[in-house]
Parts: sequence; structure tokens; C-alpha cells
Amino acid sequence: MESVSHQTHYFVPQPSRWPVVGALALFCLGLGAALAVNGVGFGKVSLGVGFAILFYMLFGWFGDVIRESLKGEYHGKEDTSFRWGMGWFIFSEVMFFAAFFGALFYVRTISVPELGNFEHKLLYPDFAAAWPLSTGPGITQPYQAMAAWGLPAINTLILLSSGATLTWAHWGLIQGKRASLTIGLGATVLLGVLFLSLQAYEYRHAMHELNLTLASGAYGMTFYMLTGFHGMHVLLGAIILAVVWLRVMRGHFNPEHHFAFEAAAWYWHFVDVVWLLLFTLVYWL
Amino acid sequence: MAISTTAGHAPHAHGKPTGLWRWLAATNHKDIGSMYLWFSFTMFLSGGVMALCIRAELFQPGLQFFQPELFNQLTTLHGLVMVFGAIMPAFTGLANWLLPLMIGAPDMAFARMNNWSFWLLPPAAALLLISFFVPGGAAAAGWTLYAPLATQMGMGMDLTIFAIHILGVSSIMGSINIIVTILNLRAPGMTMMKMPMFAWASLITAYLIIAVMPVLAGVVTMVLTDRHFGTHFFNAAGGGDPVMYQHIFWFFGHPEVYIMALPAFGIVSHIIPTFSRKPLFGYTSMVYATSSIAVLSFMVWAHHMFTTGMPATAQLFFMYATMLIAVPTGVKVFNWIGTMWQGSMSFETPMLFAVGFVCLFTIGGLSGVTLSVAAVDIQLQDTYYVVAHFHYVLVAGALFSLFAAIYYWFPKMTGKMYSEPLGKFHFWWSMIWFNVTFFPMHFLGLAGMPRRIPDYALQFTDFNRIASIGAFCFGLGQLIFLYNMLRSIRHGQAAPHKPWEGAETLEWQIPTPAPYHSFVEAPHVEAGDNGVIHSMTGGAHH
Repeated sequence: MESVSHQTHYFVPQPSRWPVVGALALFCLGLGAALAVNGVGFGKVSLGVGFAILFYMLFGWFGDVIRESLKGEYHGKEDTSFRWGMGWFIFSEVMFFAAFFGALFYVRTISVPELGNFEHKLLYPDFAAAWPLSTGPGITQPYQAMAAWGLPAINTLILLSSGATLTWAHWGLIQGKRASLTIGLGATVLLGVLFLSLQAYEYRHAMHELNLTLASGAYGMTFYMLTGFHGMHVLLGAIILAVVWLRVMRGHFNPEHHFAFEAAAWYWHFVDVVWLLLFTLVYWL
Repeated sequence: MAISTTAGHAPHAHGKPTGLWRWLAATNHKDIGSMYLWFSFTMFLSGGVMALCIRAELFQPGLQFFQPELFNQLTTLHGLVMVFGAIMPAFTGLANWLLPLMIGAPDMAFARMNNWSFWLLPPAAALLLISFFVPGGAAAAGWTLYAPLATQMGMGMDLTIFAIHILGVSSIMGSINIIVTILNLRAPGMTMMKMPMFAWASLITAYLIIAVMPVLAGVVTMVLTDRHFGTHFFNAAGGGDPVMYQHIFWFFGHPEVYIMALPAFGIVSHIIPTFSRKPLFGYTSMVYATSSIAVLSFMVWAHHMFTTGMPATAQLFFMYATMLIAVPTGVKVFNWIGTMWQGSMSFETPMLFAVGFVCLFTIGGLSGVTLSVAAVDIQLQDTYYVVAHFHYVLVAGALFSLFAAIYYWFPKMTGKMYSEPLGKFHFWWSMIWFNVTFFPMHFLGLAGMPRRIPDYALQFTDFNRIASIGAFCFGLGQLIFLYNMLRSIRHGQAAPHKPWEGAETLEWQIPTPAPYHSFVEAPHVEAGDNGVIHSMTGGAHH
């Protein structure tokens, strides 16, 4: 690897079709989603087309990046750029979750207690400022809250172990122990899939037996929005790790040059930390 | 360093691409920057037409041209188009064009992603404009999209929500690119505490964008689920609160104000030293002032909500925190004046716009301090005083700085000189009619005229007529700018590599027009404060 301080050239890619293809994909997705939520039939078609174009773009674009990486176009400076880029991307994700955690904080410490105070007795006489909130004219179906020390605690263990297996795999990669790399990374992906399966089971249980839905007032909405967006991130992280596993099997990485692995690992640990906050603030407290 | 041997293999060795593909597939920061600038000017004109519709309706009391529903859609889309379509992309476009030249980088750090950032803008703009033609029309809740207005309304609101998502993706990627380029691709010798103020301003702006655009995405997602999926985020019936929308929105919204102001500060911090033929006064304090404005911008959001109800303690906190921002902003204004003090000043068009910026932005800043006083704000909330205030900072602030920037760097970008008489005419025309349009709005607001209403009481007629006449003249004047640009690109005089005597930053050290691939090889520079170049070696172009 060329040392960063002496590198005089920086890789600038050739003109590429992928960005504009990706823009078309997001247009179809945006239009499709807006139409679909309003029940316009064409919306789903547009969403489908948008996703198809998006996947085509992702395959093509990441394919280009991987080919460039294998050709040795990326040196120290490019590597540093990728590291900064991934770091700032994760920061943007942190702020996205912060909006929803902020909403949870607000309803629990401000809006629900206020609605239960003396001034609001005339408005909602039966309102009890409890958490989980079960009163209020918008909550038409009685529901039960999700217990923390069942499936969610097991899921916490699963995600924490997946962080450990991932670190084990990373050590394997750095020390050239291929078995611990492939097994550790494979185990991480499987633990991610297990987490998602258990979460799917948990949602089923919540909807069918606890009668807990998005419409279950302040509790239901924050529960599903936070765990749901987290679940989507676990899904994305697991897909990224699976792609990295395939690349490991094809021998794309060496102990010095494997930022794709590290970026995926950063993302996975970020998802892990979000879960710990979720477990504490959504399930437990 | 073995530069010449590797230059032949450099990916830059390919020539300039041609035709439509050059633009669709662009990875060149100059091409992408130009697209950003043209896009934002197009959006400026469409948002401007909406503004003129508003002013036409308000020319006299009663309903003339538009039903209230359409009027509300026009005010909403005018704000969204100007903020997200005109001002923000224009600054990103300038950053694209200028940062690599100013810090000695070959291009932006992620050239392909850069193109995606740009090409996401036209789809998002299309979704916003399509929304006028769907059942129920465009979003009509004001650009702030307050709940519960935003949780009602038709399909246009959903199109707006998804347009905002796409705009957010675009500006987050653009910002990651700006940050990484500045942190990682500075030429040897261009240290952080020497680099140009525009680079500092862009860096801090990009940080703000990454910190708050996801929050906006989150809050409009909550609006979406409240609308269609039964959640109660902004509905007290389920334990939510419409005021929560305002808190989350303004956590985004207030930093957003600085996202549209900080790059302007960066721009004038180059133009004023150049035409005063003096180095920028207090460079280091400028850097710290910019950073403190960014930090403070996260702590003042609720000053937009003094009338929506909050404890007096909170009002006091947000009031004092807001006033505190006047300190670093004042540092900047005094530094610009200090730069001009005893300088050999000349008043070419960029300098006129920059000085105009300092004068009018300061007026806007002072009316901002006035509004920060909670007791006063309760009287002035949602009146034309607020409209006057933020147009002084956004039109005479952001927009004037953009004009200053375009005139200033036009020779470097195109290799041609713009027409100085037309430029000066554009400035004086804009300066006069801007004030004719917006200054009376202070009086209207103080007298109690509410904003976002298509009709008004008779006693407001005179000032409204003046404002409407001013707005149409101001709008017309922008065609002078367009004409000057188009004519000068084709027929302008050839520009020297350094058309401004006092311009000392790196972009003026290279040929004019800037070579298609500049700084293919990183130069070695010896730089002073504010990116002033004492000497440069190396730095090949082709």
C-alpha cells in the first residue's frame, strides 16, 4: 500500500451510468410509494419497477467498485476516504434513529403526563397517564405491552454474540486464519437471520395475541417504528455481511486490504448499539 | 515523486466526454457543479414565479387570482422549492466547483456518488411539481409542514414527503462528499487552519446537513405513518402531540437556517479581502465563529415556537441562547468591516453584492435578535415581520452571496468575463427592488398583518402594493443576470488567469478557464490564512 502522505494521485472513476440509473430508481420508488399509500393501483407497479432498477443499479455499481478494488486502484488515500465516508454515513443513521428516540422521550416525559394532568381532565376525563398508555380516545382496541425478559432478552444475547463472532472473524482475517474468518462471519450472518426470524415471531405474537399494532397509541407507534426501523437495518446489515462472506470465499480480501469487511462490521456494531438502546428504552424501562 | 511516469496511466488520461452522456454519467466535479448551478437557477425561477403569483394576489385586498387553497399551495411550494431546490443545491454546486480547486484536490472524494447526489434532485423536484396536478393539489401546510395540517390533506402531501426523503438522500451524500474531500484531499501544505473560509464554511455546513437532514426524514416519516398507518405521533387522542412535530421539525429547521447562511459567510470572506486588497481580518476568529454558530444552532430551535406553549424557563433558555448567536455573527460582521477598513477598495460586481450582503444580512440579523425576545415574538409570530426577517437573510443574504460568487468565479469557470455594466446594473436593480419589496413588510408585520393569508384588511393595502411592485421588478431584474451569463459565456472577453488583482487563493493560480482535470497531481503549497497561496509547486492538469 502506498503511504498516505506520499500518494500524489487519487482515483477518479470514469463516467458511469449507475448514478442516473439510481436516480430513476428513486423517482419510481418515491412516486410509487406516494401513489401506493393512497391506494392508486399504479403505485405498486411503480414501486416494483423502482426496486428492480435499484437492485440492478446496486449490483452494477458495487460490481464496479469491487472490480476497481481488485485491480488495485484504491490505495491509502482512497481507503481513508472510504473510512471517513462510512463513518459519516453511520452518523447520519444515528441522527435518523435519534428522531424516533426523541419522539419516544417526548411522549413519555411530556405529552402523556401532560394529557393526564389536571388541565386536561375536561378534555379526556378517563385518561390515565400510564406507560404503556392504555387510555385515550385514539386507542380503540385494548392491547398488552411486550415483556422485556422473554424473546427480546434472547434477541439481545443473539445480537451481542453476533458482535463477538464478527470480531472473531475479523481477527481471523487479520491473522490469516481462514477457518475462523469464514466460520465467524458465517455465524454472524446466521445469528442475524435468527434475530430477524425471532423478531418476525415476536411481531406475530404481538399482533395476534397481544393485539399490539401501530395504532396502539403512543406505545404501539414508538414500539413498532423503533424496532421496525432497527429490524430493517439488521436485514440490510445481514445482507451486507452475506455479500462480504461471498467475497471472502472468492478470496477478495487480505490481512491489509479489506475495508469492505470493516465497513460492514462498523455497520453491524452500530445496529447492535441501537438495539441495546432499544432494549433498555423500549422494552425494559 | 514519480509523477510523470504514472500520469499516463492515470484514470484522468481520458479526454473530455461529449454529448448528453457527459452530463448524465458525469464524474467530473466541474460538470456536476455546473449542473447543480443550472438546476438551482431553474428552481429559483420556478420558485420565483410562485412568489410573483403570491405577490399578484396580494396586490390588493380581496381574492383576485387564486382561491385560498391554491394560494396556500403556492406559499408552501415557494418555500420548499427555494430552500431545497434553489439555495441548498446552489451552495453544493459551488462547493463542487470550487473545493477541489481551492484545496488542490483532483476531484471530489467520491466522484460517482457526487453525480448521484445531483441526479436525485430533478426527480425530487419533479415529485414536488407533479403534486400541483394530483387530486387535492400540492401540499398546503406551509414549508414547515406542521401537523395536524400535514396529517390531513391529499396525495400532494405524500408526494412532498417522498420528495423530501429523496432530497435528504441527495444532500446527505453531497455533504459526505464535501466533508471527506476537505478532510482527506487537501494538497500538502494546505492545513486545516490555513484553508479558505469557503472550505471551512462548506465543511461545517455539510456537518450540519448530515446531523439534521435525517431528523427531517424521521419526522416526515412520522407524518406519513400518522396519515396512512394509524400511528398517533401528532395526535393527542393516542398520547401524541402536534407540538412534538414542531420540536422535531425545528431541531432540523434551525440548523437548516445556518445551512443556508454559513456558505454565504464563506463566500464573502473571499470576495471582501480580494476587493479590499487586504487579507481577511481575524481568520482564526472567523473559523471559531463559524463553528460556534453551528454548535449554537442545535440549542435554539424552540424560539420558533414561543407561541405554541412552553414553560417560561424554557422560553428564557431559548431566548438567551438565540441572542448568544448574535455574538459569533457579530464577530463575522466586524471582521468583514475590519477587512475593508483602510483597504484599497474597488467595487466590481462581486464586491457590490458582497457589501450589499453585509449591509442587508445585518439588518436581517438584527430583526432576528428582535424576534428572539420571547415577549416580542409572541406579538410578531406569523406576521409579515417574520417574512421580512427571513427574506433579508435568505434573499439579501444567501441569494446575494450566490450572485457575488457567480460573478466572482465566472471568469475561472468559463474563461470569459461577464459584462461589468450589466452586472452593476443587476446589483443596483436588485438592491433597490429587494428593499422596496421586503422593507415595507416590517411595517406590515408590526401592524399585525398575518402571513400565509391570501386576503387582508384594507389598511394594509398601500404597503402591500409597494411590496408587489417591488417583487415584480426584482423578479424581472433576474433576467438581466440570466442574459448576462448566457451572453458572456458565448461572447464575453477572454479572462486572464487571475482577473482580480487581490485574489490570492489556490484556484487563481491555475489557468483560466480551469482545466477539465485540474490538480491531477497534488500540488505542494505554502499557504497563509484563508488559503492565501504564497508559493505553489507541482500540480499537473490536463
